[in-house]
Amino acid sequence: MEKAGLYIHIPFCERKCHYCDFTSVAGNRDLIDRYVRYLINEIKMVSAAYGKIQIETIFIGGGTPSVLSESSLETIMEAVGNGFSLDRNAEISIEINPGTLTHQKALGYRKAGINRASVGIQSMNNSLLGTIGRIHNEDQVIATVKNLRRAGFDNINGDLMFGLPHQSIDDFRVTLEKTALLDLEHISMYGLILEENTPLYGWHERGLVSVPTEDQEREMYHLGIDFLKKKGYLQYEISNLAKKGHECRHNMGYWLLKPYIGVGISSHSSMEGRRYWNTSGFGEYFQKLDEDTLPIEGEETITKDMMETEYLILGIRLKDGISVDDYEKRFNASFMGKYGEAMAKHMDSGLLVLTDGSIRLTEKGMDLSNQVEMDFIP
Amino acid sequence: MRIKQENIRNFSIIAHIDHGKSTLADRLIEMTGMLTSREMQEQVLDKMDLERERGITIKLKAVRLVYKAKDGQEYVFNLIDTPGHVDFNYEVSRSLAACEGAVLVVDATQGVEAQTLANVYLAIDQDLEILPVINKIDLPSARPEEIINEIEDIIGIESQDAPLISAKDGLNVEEVLEQIVEKVPAPKGDPNAPLKALIFDSYYDSYKGVTCYIRVFEGQVKPGMMVKMMATGKSFEVTEVGVNTSKHIPLDSLSAGEVGYLTASIKNVKEARVGDTITDTGNPTANPLPGYKKVIPMVYCGIYPAEGEDFNTVREALEKLQVNDAALVFEPETSVALGFGFRCGFLGLLHMEIIQERLEREFDLNIITTAPSVIYRVTRTSGEVMEIQNPSNLPAPAEIAHMEEPIVSANIMTPTDYVGAIMELCQNKRGTFKNMEYLEETRVVLHYDLPLNEVIYDFFDALKSKTRGYASFDYELKGYQQSELVKMDILINSELVDAFSLIVHEEKAYERGRTIAERLVDVIPRHQFAVPIQAAIGSKIIARETIRALRKDVLAKCYGGDISRKRKLLEKQKEGKKRMRQIGSVDVPQEAFLTVLKYDEKK
Repeated sequence: MEKAGLYIHIPFCERKCHYCDFTSVAGNRDLIDRYVRYLINEIKMVSAAYGKIQIETIFIGGGTPSVLSESSLETIMEAVGNGFSLDRNAEISIEINPGTLTHQKALGYRKAGINRASVGIQSMNNSLLGTIGRIHNEDQVIATVKNLRRAGFDNINGDLMFGLPHQSIDDFRVTLEKTALLDLEHISMYGLILEENTPLYGWHERGLVSVPTEDQEREMYHLGIDFLKKKGYLQYEISNLAKKGHECRHNMGYWLLKPYIGVGISSHSSMEGRRYWNTSGFGEYFQKLDEDTLPIEGEETITKDMMETEYLILGIRLKDGISVDDYEKRFNASFMGKYGEAMAKHMDSGLLVLTDGSIRLTEKGMDLSNQVEMDFIP
Repeated sequence: MRIKQENIRNFSIIAHIDHGKSTLADRLIEMTGMLTSREMQEQVLDKMDLERERGITIKLKAVRLVYKAKDGQEYVFNLIDTPGHVDFNYEVSRSLAACEGAVLVVDATQGVEAQTLANVYLAIDQDLEILPVINKIDLPSARPEEIINEIEDIIGIESQDAPLISAKDGLNVEEVLEQIVEKVPAPKGDPNAPLKALIFDSYYDSYKGVTCYIRVFEGQVKPGMMVKMMATGKSFEVTEVGVNTSKHIPLDSLSAGEVGYLTASIKNVKEARVGDTITDTGNPTANPLPGYKKVIPMVYCGIYPAEGEDFNTVREALEKLQVNDAALVFEPETSVALGFGFRCGFLGLLHMEIIQERLEREFDLNIITTAPSVIYRVTRTSGEVMEIQNPSNLPAPAEIAHMEEPIVSANIMTPTDYVGAIMELCQNKRGTFKNMEYLEETRVVLHYDLPLNEVIYDFFDALKSKTRGYASFDYELKGYQQSELVKMDILINSELVDAFSLIVHEEKAYERGRTIAERLVDVIPRHQFAVPIQAAIGSKIIARETIRALRKDVLAKCYGGDISRKRKLLEKQKEGKKRMRQIGSVDVPQEAFLTVLKYDEKK
């Protein structure tokens, strides 16, 4: 039976963060309920279309999926369970905004089958949280984790951000220390990107906020990686660390080019060599589903070359790197014949190492991975 | 329609930029009834997009109009357009040579400008009848009486009869038409003499080959005739002659006094140069028309095919441009940094910019241009004198006895408010003050001698910026002068990049070197290692900047929806890298070669 991951997009937030350019709105109850109804329709249609696929992982992301009531979530999960064949060991994650989770809700989610929670901590500094427009504070993070644990969640991720406006290296160190006390199974660590069309970008353009220099930002990154490694986490991707056995299987699926299905507005799918994505407008989403068509907005065919490029640019970001053997089996070509010269150049400049038949990024390489990845572009 | 010689009027319109030349031309064309308003593009004479955008006319062209005058007779007007910039003096002079008269348009609010003067003098040199016209009298700030006096004082032509017009509204334009009939002399010339015709413009298109715009002075030219270009000595069979209204209209012949076009399946574009005389191969005229010169370029630069562009394509494009443009010269050269390219000579900076833009726009080429240079005269210790226009060819300092650089005499017309700023600028540009003339209480002409090498660097931009566009500027080559010049090199990551080498005055070297190094730091992307940028004279480093090493080039998040985006971002990044020039292990973007030319507002 073919296997795939399932991504479910919940495009609602209580308030949009100042750095966020994802598809999400501060939805009212009516819109959310309506969306959930259509989402369930979409799940029915998609699962009917893909019939026999077994779902190994589910990721409910957003937005802020934790704006969903327990019952809404339950109906969504029911639709998934009815439509697809769900692996009984499936990893089922949901993103949680610490300002939105009660103990009651945590219990309800757990009951609906969710077994992994990803908490958007971002920082443990209340003033920085305010600057980037988060709705929660440090205490709410601690309370949320407590609620999740009490409800039986034994696999929790915390998202952290660094390179925030006016953030010092010591600020970030404090956040790391406080986060370590939560003893989570998984930590993701992202440098802030000033995306166009976000308030933060505009403020930065107008000189109202300053962000750390590139050197400081890198120092924070390496501080974070080193600190968390000492705390027993293993880095398995550029931005991701986990305690042994707690790597996010859903995300690993993306990086190993496994198939995935996305539902909900602006979600992406990758099935059978075709990558397609849903519309990002509510109106169109509802209308298409009313017409019994899938709300797909665009698609691209993943050619063999594209597949190879993606395999390499995603693979190199992983701790295990790219196995020359695996590449050669998969693409029936000589890795060193094709990329040897570029790889040697990057080894000389200290971005790559070759050990045990695999090439991996060095510490420096993780700062400059695009420089290596560029050479995988045909 | 054949028309008698005495009913022909050949004239040009001369004016400063923005004084309304093209608008007046539009009105004349409309009012002569050859074209309906609907047919008219906004400005009929300005043919090229580039010209329209810049509001200037680069190439000239002739239009034939038919005017029924108040005396009841029909007249043929040949309106010959002229470029309005000092760089194109030779072309202006050739198109004026095709005329008997010139309409001088002066803005009723601005008065006489430096460029107006330059063009009027060219017209006077050609013995043309000059008809002053005061334009824009509809503007509240118009001061026609003062302007009329100004024209009489400064230019010395009788202007009391000058029509006061608004070309925009068509006000009094008919008076201009009547004065053309009355005052511009009809052409003379024996239609039965051997053929003698002037090429005042020519252009190439891939269907007809070269089309020449000609003025017939004597004799006749017809299809089937063998004609000879007297300067180049080549003969061709005429395939078509005619006149240009809104389109080409073929005729049986063109005869003495007439203006029109001629095609002769001229394949090699270098053989129909502006200013050449066309005659009958079988029955040639004794002497060519005076005034032909193989124009001498004043400014040189290297033009190289950018990454992925073909050398031969660039050569073909330059060859095609050369047909319209006897002034453009080029020869192949090689640069260590840029590979195979061309050293090109231009009349001036604007001309250079226009050629570059046409290569890019009309021919869709990707090119790299090096910093412009003038021609230096170098006397070697051996006594040998050589001319250098590529800094890389300069002999070693020990072999140089002395060097001379071209000096221009510049006339800068300005409101008195900016005299101080201009003096400061000229002093900064190693200028020598000659004198200052009052045109009126608030306007003066400053006369300076300036090294051309400073003029071509950023003088125009600096002048414009410092006088908020109020000053106008005109220059002509005066001669050569001995000067303390040095060759300054730029080293990127310790490698000398010949395409950046410049000849500068010793005293200017430090400042120029620092500016270039600073700019290169801004435009060259960061690499995995620190890249030193140095300016040097010989082995002496005079400026140094460092491009810091790249610390971060990584995408933090890469999940489902990001994957295609990530691949596309990398593709774009790689594409950008491919377009750069690799100099040693440093990738240099094409625009780096341009930044050395840019005027710095901060100074």
